[in-house]
Amino acid sequence: MKLLNQSIKYLAIALLFVVALWAIAFYFSMLNQIKDSIDEELEHQKRLIIRNTLSDAIIATKPDFDENLYTLERINKRAAISAKDQYLDTEILMQDADDPIPELEPVRMLVTVFRANNSYYQLKIVNPIIEQNDLIKALLWNVIGLYIILILSIIFINNFILKKLWQPFYTFLEQLKLYKIDDSKPLSETKTNIQEFKDLQQTVDEMTQRSVNAYNRQKEFTENAAHELQTPIAIARNKIELLFEENNLTENQVQKLTETYQVLQRLTKLNKSLLLLSKIENIQIMEELEINFNELVKQNIKELEEIALFKKVEIVVAEKDSLVRKMDKSYAQILVANLLKNAIYHNIENGKIEILIDTQQLSISNTGNEEKLDNDKIFNRFQKYNSFSNSTGLGLAIVKAIASIYRLEINYYFQDKKHCFQLKFGKQ
Amino acid sequence: MKVLVIEDEEQLLNNIKESLEKEKILVETAMEFNTAIEKALIYDYDCILLDIMLPNGSGIDILKELKKSNKTDNVIIISAKDSLDDKLLGLELGADDYLTKPFHLAELNARVKAVIRRKNFSGNHILDILNVSLNTNERELKINNELVHLNRKEFDILSYFLMNKNRLIPKSALAEYVWGDHSDEADNFDFIYYQIKNLRKKLNDAKADVTIEAVYGMGYKLTET
Repeated sequence: MKLLNQSIKYLAIALLFVVALWAIAFYFSMLNQIKDSIDEELEHQKRLIIRNTLSDAIIATKPDFDENLYTLERINKRAAISAKDQYLDTEILMQDADDPIPELEPVRMLVTVFRANNSYYQLKIVNPIIEQNDLIKALLWNVIGLYIILILSIIFINNFILKKLWQPFYTFLEQLKLYKIDDSKPLSETKTNIQEFKDLQQTVDEMTQRSVNAYNRQKEFTENAAHELQTPIAIARNKIELLFEENNLTENQVQKLTETYQVLQRLTKLNKSLLLLSKIENIQIMEELEINFNELVKQNIKELEEIALFKKVEIVVAEKDSLVRKMDKSYAQILVANLLKNAIYHNIENGKIEILIDTQQLSISNTGNEEKLDNDKIFNRFQKYNSFSNSTGLGLAIVKAIASIYRLEINYYFQDKKHCFQLKFGKQ
Repeated sequence: MKVLVIEDEEQLLNNIKESLEKEKILVETAMEFNTAIEKALIYDYDCILLDIMLPNGSGIDILKELKKSNKTDNVIIISAKDSLDDKLLGLELGADDYLTKPFHLAELNARVKAVIRRKNFSGNHILDILNVSLNTNERELKINNELVHLNRKEFDILSYFLMNKNRLIPKSALAEYVWGDHSDEADNFDFIYYQIKNLRKKLNDAKADVTIEAVYGMGYKLTET
């Protein structure tokens, strides 16, 4: 969930409680206010009625509430003395203008007593009040309305203000997503006045710097190690070559020497490939030349045609168009040669290699083992599918490394029982 | 024939020396910068093998000094650094060839001979051994003055053998030579075997005075019949 939505979610929940509590408090305070004002009105009525009653010669009792909304009854002295003014919430039968028959309506009632001509009277005055249900209903709708307005404005404000506030963060995040450790470009500074973001940026900068340093040290180590190994390997290998030329070796000795020699040979290849890989990854691009891949492919086929013939592998080239890109010459050569050698070597007898070239791609498909290779692993270092093979398992890793420095897409797929490697060059 | 080998690694130096001496080449050695530059400038050599990284200085500086006295045309750089930078700089300074460590002695041998041949028989691209004549420019093989057709790889293999006459060439060195650089699959010997078989047959059919012998099953050797 995005930060923006998350904050809206929490605010919505919190506001729900706040608004609900506020509504309850508001309801009671409103009710009190209404009652207070009605009570004052009743008091005022009381005084008017009593004054009017006292001025009359004969006091007429009035047992029913009619349109004057009060009753007047005689009561005995004892009851009168113990009586106090009372305000009551009650209901009486009343007929409003819109009611067909009298209904019970909520009223506020003042019950009071007074003395006139040595008689005691009880006066009840009523004043209709709004129904509480109606009040609650009205309040509820208003509260819901308020809540919706609040949420909408929060979404609006969040979208507007928060997005603006977090803008540097998102810019920074976007940069981090695109960041590659082998790309020597440092993160560009995101302009912000917010301390937290400044801290974040500084921390991340320090962290990436540390990673880059570690990465470089590791690369350097691989290169140096491979480098330093070259001379000792050369010495050992050459010693055996010299030893072979001595005539007094027994068959057993030769056998063991041959095996040792082959191991050294493998070590040499491994080491050379590792050196090449680390060199490619250090992006030592020397010179960019216009490379015509059609020519390069044909030249490589010519170079390997006897081997293909020997392995009874037919090579067919379909040139839909010419493919020309700027590239380091030796890298382009290694790229094409490795793919081609791979296709020849892992082929079957009477197999076929189909090469397709157009303006944006070079694809090489070959017959071979009828089993799909693992897409995720095929370009990994030291990935071997044949345990008997003396291959270093670095050939395709080198292809991948070269492809990635030139940002070419390389795909592998298995289709119609053919292994296909496709190099996509993108638009020129 | 005299060759100066400038190399600071003693063991490697001994290997090179021993291998070249088998070719009846006189080998002088230098193991650090000052001796090397002294020898290189004072004496004339048919070929100079030059390591780039030396105690007390760089092989590149020796090359620069040699260039001043116009003596760079027979220099082969041998370096552990397979960097295009050094290669280009070396060749720009007039070095004749560039060999990356580790190399096969047969390869070094072939390169040294090519340099000497170019220097001593300027522009001569013909390798003559008994009745066999190989033109490396025209890519033509003549035996008893008769043209013998070879395919590309057979030609490459034969020229490698001719430059290493009587020397054992391990199968893996041949495989590497045939499959090329940075190849993942160089230890596939079937193809080598097949090519050698064809070559032998062609040499035999044309009554060449040389033949290719298998040695212990680990390699081959070109010998006179």
